[in-house]
Amino acid sequence: MAMAMAMAVGSCESIVLLYSQPRIPRSALQIRCSSSLASKQTSSSSKIPLALQDFEAVIGVETHVQLGTATKAFCGCLSQYGAQPNSNVCPVCMGLPGALPVLNERVVDFAIKLGLALNCDLSLRSKFDRKQYFYADLPKGYQISQFDIPIARHGSIEVDLPVEYGGGHRKFGITRVHIEEDAGKLVHAGGGGRLSGSPYSLVDLNRAGVPLLEIVSEPDMRTGIEAAEYAAEVARVVKCLGIGSGSMAEGSLRCDVNVSVRPRGQAAFGTKVEIKNMNSCAAMHRAIDFEILRQVALHKEGLESKIRTVTMRAKEGLADYRYFPEPDLLELVLKQEQVDSINEALPELPNETRRRYEALGLSMQDVLVLADDKNVSEYFDSTLEQGADMKMAANWIMGDITAYLKTEKLSISDVKISPSVLAELVTLIKDGTISGKIGKEILPELIRNGGTAKEVIEAKGLTQISDEAEIASLVDKVLLENPKQLEAFKKGKTKLQGFFEGQVMRSTNGRVNPILMKKIVAQKLGLS
Amino acid sequence: MASSLGAQAHAHGYGQAQAHGYGDARSARFFRNAGDLSPSSCRFRAAMATASASILASPAIPRSKPAASQISRLQTQLRKKEISAVEIVTEYLDRLREKEPDVKSFLHISSSALDEAAEIDGRLARGDDPGPLAGIPIAIKDNLCTQGMPSTGGSRILDGYRPPYDATAVKRLKESGAVLIGKTNLDEFGMGSSTESSAYQVTSNPWDLSRVPGGSSGGSAAAVAAGQCACALGSDTGGSIRQPASFCGVVGLKPTYGRVSRFGLMAYASSLDVVGCLGTSVDDVSLLLNAIAGHDPADATSSSKVVPNYLKALVPAKELPGNPLAGMKFGIIKETIGEGVEPAVAQVVKNAVVHLEKLGAVVQEVSLPTFSLGLPAYYVLAASEASSNLSRYDGIRYGPRVVADELNAMYGASRGQGFGAEVKRRILMGTYALSAGYYDAFYKRAQQVRTLIQQDFKKALEDGHILLSPVAPSPAFKIGEKVLDPLSMYLGDLMTVNVNMAGLPALSLPCGLIEDEGSKLPVGLQLIGNAFEEEELLRVGHIFEQTVPTW
Repeated sequence: MAMAMAMAVGSCESIVLLYSQPRIPRSALQIRCSSSLASKQTSSSSKIPLALQDFEAVIGVETHVQLGTATKAFCGCLSQYGAQPNSNVCPVCMGLPGALPVLNERVVDFAIKLGLALNCDLSLRSKFDRKQYFYADLPKGYQISQFDIPIARHGSIEVDLPVEYGGGHRKFGITRVHIEEDAGKLVHAGGGGRLSGSPYSLVDLNRAGVPLLEIVSEPDMRTGIEAAEYAAEVARVVKCLGIGSGSMAEGSLRCDVNVSVRPRGQAAFGTKVEIKNMNSCAAMHRAIDFEILRQVALHKEGLESKIRTVTMRAKEGLADYRYFPEPDLLELVLKQEQVDSINEALPELPNETRRRYEALGLSMQDVLVLADDKNVSEYFDSTLEQGADMKMAANWIMGDITAYLKTEKLSISDVKISPSVLAELVTLIKDGTISGKIGKEILPELIRNGGTAKEVIEAKGLTQISDEAEIASLVDKVLLENPKQLEAFKKGKTKLQGFFEGQVMRSTNGRVNPILMKKIVAQKLGLS
Repeated sequence: MASSLGAQAHAHGYGQAQAHGYGDARSARFFRNAGDLSPSSCRFRAAMATASASILASPAIPRSKPAASQISRLQTQLRKKEISAVEIVTEYLDRLREKEPDVKSFLHISSSALDEAAEIDGRLARGDDPGPLAGIPIAIKDNLCTQGMPSTGGSRILDGYRPPYDATAVKRLKESGAVLIGKTNLDEFGMGSSTESSAYQVTSNPWDLSRVPGGSSGGSAAAVAAGQCACALGSDTGGSIRQPASFCGVVGLKPTYGRVSRFGLMAYASSLDVVGCLGTSVDDVSLLLNAIAGHDPADATSSSKVVPNYLKALVPAKELPGNPLAGMKFGIIKETIGEGVEPAVAQVVKNAVVHLEKLGAVVQEVSLPTFSLGLPAYYVLAASEASSNLSRYDGIRYGPRVVADELNAMYGASRGQGFGAEVKRRILMGTYALSAGYYDAFYKRAQQVRTLIQQDFKKALEDGHILLSPVAPSPAFKIGEKVLDPLSMYLGDLMTVNVNMAGLPALSLPCGLIEDEGSKLPVGLQLIGNAFEEEELLRVGHIFEQTVPTW
């Protein structure tokens, strides 16, 4: 447990380990990271405000986004997750003698999209470089990447912090976005998937050559939640652009976080520690807060030099990657028209959606939920376009529909209820044709099987009773059946009016028009 | 039958030799089969018959008429059904095996060549056209991947390696009907100028078995010169086709960078590597280039420029006008005929210049001020790229692996045992040059020099249509002579590396013989042209070849 912890949060020792030893397999760490840190969450995060009274944390994030192209970055192999080991490989991605890379144009389009979405300056001329190191999962002995001229740089990203963490709008700088290829995967036989104790390792090159975009942030974040929100927003943007699945859990979006702490008022950065291999934003949040506390504690004990000493050792262990221009690929030249046409076709980005919802008058809580997922916000927008009441539509989507999706493990694109039917349902409730209760009742049917709200209501005989005479007789019946309560009411227990209303409603299974019914109950009780 | 095949193996005793008084009294003997279809075809067999001590060391080969195309002749005979592909391949295979113990130019001899020839015959019988190289036995430098044959790059680290795919150039040869006869020896991964850096064997120069064939395509050049194949593919990073062509007295073409796909060529220095051709005549080299040139979607650096029919540029000797080169300007590179060049070599080249002038050309001396910077810059760039390109030979996916306790030890031992001294030297130099803190001083500086060289060439080629120089400062040297002196070996690349740095095409053309310690050794003339103007080089080279005085 202690060791797993150290690696997950990137203590000084683990940094040395990460650099001096072959890299730790991502999958192995992911498991530990998520389980071992769960119990620490509350203790770490709650101590943060106090710890940061005298100290300031400086956080930067490097994000690897796996692109959802059909084929790999430099060959025609399928870029597919979960295939049989070494089934999506060819001479190029296996690094066989004589094989040469050829750039997948889709990767460039995706890079342009992300660069634009992150408000970057695009390099109309960039190039590829070789980043050289030896490792068993790196078939060529170098990774094709972009070194001194990335395809995009000098951008920014805006996030809205969760309301439960005090909310607030933040803008973080993006240093650069560059294209590179992924390495293969090592499977350590025996030893429970760990490197240590494993008698041998197997190499799976299915992932070798899968296209990645690396996003490097400015060190603009100050807390774990800011960094976690940054990562979440990057994931939202990736999904919104349709360039990747953006899933940290699947490893298609991976964040390395650099954390340092300095006394407030100090201009120079403290010594940074890198945290790797976190499989969710929540894990990132917890790991960073833990690391901040650890560094603050070291500072308070006057041991900040300890961080520095160890990190210098890590630096010595850092590989010299001997970058040089990739001679097998031509300079990457973008045409302005290409950039312009991609720019024009960009979808509304999550931050733009949030600002629009905010302007509509939705609460920030609602804004954050509805704009979190492009599919949800599009669904919401369509529902509004069909004339639904905004607040009611929001509540239905965030409430009953989301709850249903959660229990059934579905996504909003799986439901059969179309935005126009939801709009119909909301309008029927709003104009009193049906009660909210009936709405809730028929919702599962609509989600599962579709159809219009009216059809389901009629088929189930759930139309509202709005005939005053019929309601009056229902009310009479209830009053007759509850003589004790009627007596009590007459003696002044006026609260019982609600009881009678409830009884009428119940007797009709909620089909009675509540406004008319309330009016008639009041009449019968001699209140109006 | 066999005699009618007559590989014109080392039929490159060129006119200059006569001018130097190397006329051979034995000439008469070579014409006893004069009644054959091709009078020149008997030379090879005759040469074999006369060579006893050093089988092929019979350099002063008489020359009654200019070098003719083996491929065209064989194609004609094949299509007239005077000969079958199986007979052609049998003839060459017999000769290959006969010469091999002395020359040692092959690392692997195809076991399926005869079957492939039979298939060609079958297609011809059915009325198919198997292609312009139908049944022609072609040797492939062993750093080009061949699906049916091992491909070692001359390195232990690829001992027994069989690629799962054909290099594009190889594939195109097969599609043209060629029969791949075997894989030729080379300096390990192309790093060397003598073929002595092969991990497997030392190849001899057919003109004098005690000498090197040049390198790194020494196996290909020697095989062509010894008549072990009709022609061969080589690769040229700093002179690796041209210099062995010069040493072995054959024609070698280094095409423009990007003219021929590098896909399937084991990379040495990717920005300099080119696949090219070796043959006994300009015609054959042109035919070979026709087959392999052109854009390849698998090589991003290959050019999509239209490929002309190179053969069309060649005018038969009979149809040449009186002054076929009238109006053409040549520039002989001043820096290549002075210091550092053996006077005898310079003299042969000067004689060639005289001949060009006789053909109507104007030849002027031109200076390339940055010429001397090329060699050091080349060795920085080539070694840098090599250090990276050879990283993939790590013992993990292919090649022999030395078992060790942990990964780094496995790398160290596998690479330590797998690579030879010259390759290690270049990996170390390249790694050093690319290291943090040294990059600007070495790699970046060398790239700047490269730009200057390109500019110099551009300027010089504006003034002259074609630039001339010797291919190498010396003729073939003795085996072992330079093994312990790598710098002196590197200096031999002086004339050729700059052409790779500029990415230009160049033709190495036999232009005469010189005598060295009793051996008569061929000397090559280098013709350098504008990018993608191979056609012009071949046209001029062909005129030169067809008109040089015979003896």
